[in-house]
Amino acid sequence: MAIITYRDALNQALREEMQRDDRVFLMGEEVGVYQGAYKVSKGMLQEFGEMRVVDTPITELGFAGVGVGAAMVGLRPIIEFMTWNFALLALDQVVNSAAKTLYMSGGQYPMAMVFRGPNGAALQLSAQHSQAWESWLAHIPGLKVVAPGTPYDAKGLLKSAIRDDNPVIVLEGEMLYNTKGEVPENEEVVVPLGQAEVKREGTDVSFITWGKMVLVANQAAEQLAKENIAAEIVDLRTLSPMDVDAIATSVSKTNRAVVLEEGWSVAGFGAHVADFIQRECFDDLDAPVVRVHQEDVPMPYAKNLERAAKPDAKKAVAAAKKVLYLE
Amino acid sequence: MRDVSRSRRRSPARAAGDAGGSNSTTTDMAQQQGSEHNGASGSIEAAAKGDAALRRDLLREMLLIRRFEERCAEAYAIGKIGGFCHLYIGQEGVGVGAISALREDDYVIASYREHGQALARGISARAVMAELFGRVDGCSKGKGGSMHLFDRNVNFLGGHGIVGGHLPIATGVGFAIKYRGGDQVCVCFFGEAAVNNGAFHEALNMAALWKLPVIYLIENNRYGMGTALERASAINDIAERACSYDMPSEVVDGQDVLAVRAATMRALQRARGESIPTLLEVRTYRFMGHSMSDAVSGTYRTKEELEEHMKRDPIVVLRMMMEQEDGWTDADMSKLDEEIKALVQDAWDFADASPEPPLEALYEDVLVDTTS
Repeated sequence: MAIITYRDALNQALREEMQRDDRVFLMGEEVGVYQGAYKVSKGMLQEFGEMRVVDTPITELGFAGVGVGAAMVGLRPIIEFMTWNFALLALDQVVNSAAKTLYMSGGQYPMAMVFRGPNGAALQLSAQHSQAWESWLAHIPGLKVVAPGTPYDAKGLLKSAIRDDNPVIVLEGEMLYNTKGEVPENEEVVVPLGQAEVKREGTDVSFITWGKMVLVANQAAEQLAKENIAAEIVDLRTLSPMDVDAIATSVSKTNRAVVLEEGWSVAGFGAHVADFIQRECFDDLDAPVVRVHQEDVPMPYAKNLERAAKPDAKKAVAAAKKVLYLE
Repeated sequence: MRDVSRSRRRSPARAAGDAGGSNSTTTDMAQQQGSEHNGASGSIEAAAKGDAALRRDLLREMLLIRRFEERCAEAYAIGKIGGFCHLYIGQEGVGVGAISALREDDYVIASYREHGQALARGISARAVMAELFGRVDGCSKGKGGSMHLFDRNVNFLGGHGIVGGHLPIATGVGFAIKYRGGDQVCVCFFGEAAVNNGAFHEALNMAALWKLPVIYLIENNRYGMGTALERASAINDIAERACSYDMPSEVVDGQDVLAVRAATMRALQRARGESIPTLLEVRTYRFMGHSMSDAVSGTYRTKEELEEHMKRDPIVVLRMMMEQEDGWTDADMSKLDEEIKALVQDAWDFADASPEPPLEALYEDVLVDTTS
């Protein structure tokens, strides 16, 4: 078993799928000559050439649309956004074209394509570069949305996303690219879309989370363990379609749920999870569902303010204690 | 009933390849005159004018669109068609002329004013009318409506509802053609108001940068909804915008279907032979309101202006030429018109008899259940 970075896991997934299927190509800003703004596509221009690893002008709406057009006539584009913060300019293509064309054409034009890039805050990048977009994207029928939190899931989910015949949103994390984890070398790593995974078993409280927040949930669970509280971590991995069975199974075991997300609270994806739990797991609950999220402010620059704005292990521990009526 | 659109498209001696050995490279970015001044090589002009049979087919196609759209207005008025409905009356020469030059394996993509291009491309009048009526036999199974006509069988990549939104998609189709080493071309129809949109700039810049086989065809009908061109664009000769991308361009008289066909052939030759995109500014005029809720004239344009433009009705222009060249008579016209009216009535009857989509269709085609 090899220990590799999240970044290298994504690189392996991209290269393996492009070797497997010559309809697959990678397009975005700085993916080629520069080797990727975050080096995810390192070495790929050299391996696949400039027709399949395509540097674009800084024109997010434009190249997202180029991906849509190529997908309509049978190619399988991977559109890289340098970050999802820049993808807001491209959302017309993601929402109005990629997500809806299958439906409004009466099933004639499947859109087998991937939109991917880092999502959410890194460190001191301030308001315009520190946003988590999953609530916006998971809101749209016609899109699948995944948010891998580990190198294994990054590789497995990206490979599944590329093979899927629908538009799939892959939310990565700048703060995740250097994290390391086990990814087997000599076997195919494919994680099916729509399947959550219990990352840590526990009996007292369920953390329902995804993406970067899996790390935060782990830290919180470690702290709680010191106080003899056994937290379970359900990593949704795919937000849309959401693995409702995994949530229900965990909540029926622990009877208490904390939903942990990177983004803002208002109309956040966590509200959707909480809605499901209160509706389908009402009889299992011993306490109201509590949400942990970014404070509802634009991300501040100052280190102390940024720290205060972000969801973290301390807030997650406090939320767990609240649903356990320990505070 | 026989579908005139399909039969025309499949008849011989129509494809762009007919232009044969022309080496026309006369497109001039600074050229601002109509097509009669284009000075293109004779072979494309000759191929574009074709023979009496070609002209008759083009007339028939334009007449089909005209009569179809007239019945759409009627259907809208009695509630059989809902939502937004943008008619093509006055602009028939553009879609018919351009699409008549294409090969079957080329691609067409359009905005939301696309009934005409859909019919010209060969979607049956029945399937288009059924779509407008929101019925299951519509070309998009009743789930797209007037603005979202699609037909994979004739490479009709849709009606798109966001101004400018489909221009980058056309660029992507061109990219895919080049990626595969094919020699097809994508023709993208849009109104002149879209040139003020960022998507226009992004799409054309990449197509020129990467040399993609796309024809960006502006249907300049003078008004973006109710805003006149000169109230919206800093440049009134909008073909000049092609200079920004070092892209060939041409200004074409859209009321002359043969001129549109000839200009499209020249652009096709560049696209197929050299993988060079073109910006065609086709000047036309919309005889109806922007949509069914817009008065034909009165607020943003005068009745006099409308009447002046209606003197150059593309159907009349071609008909007069045929009277001179082909001995076309009033009796011929009446006969053709009766035939077309019957075809459109058949489309109406078909659409009216087609069932509404079943309720199960509500959740169908949101996602596909496959991988590859």
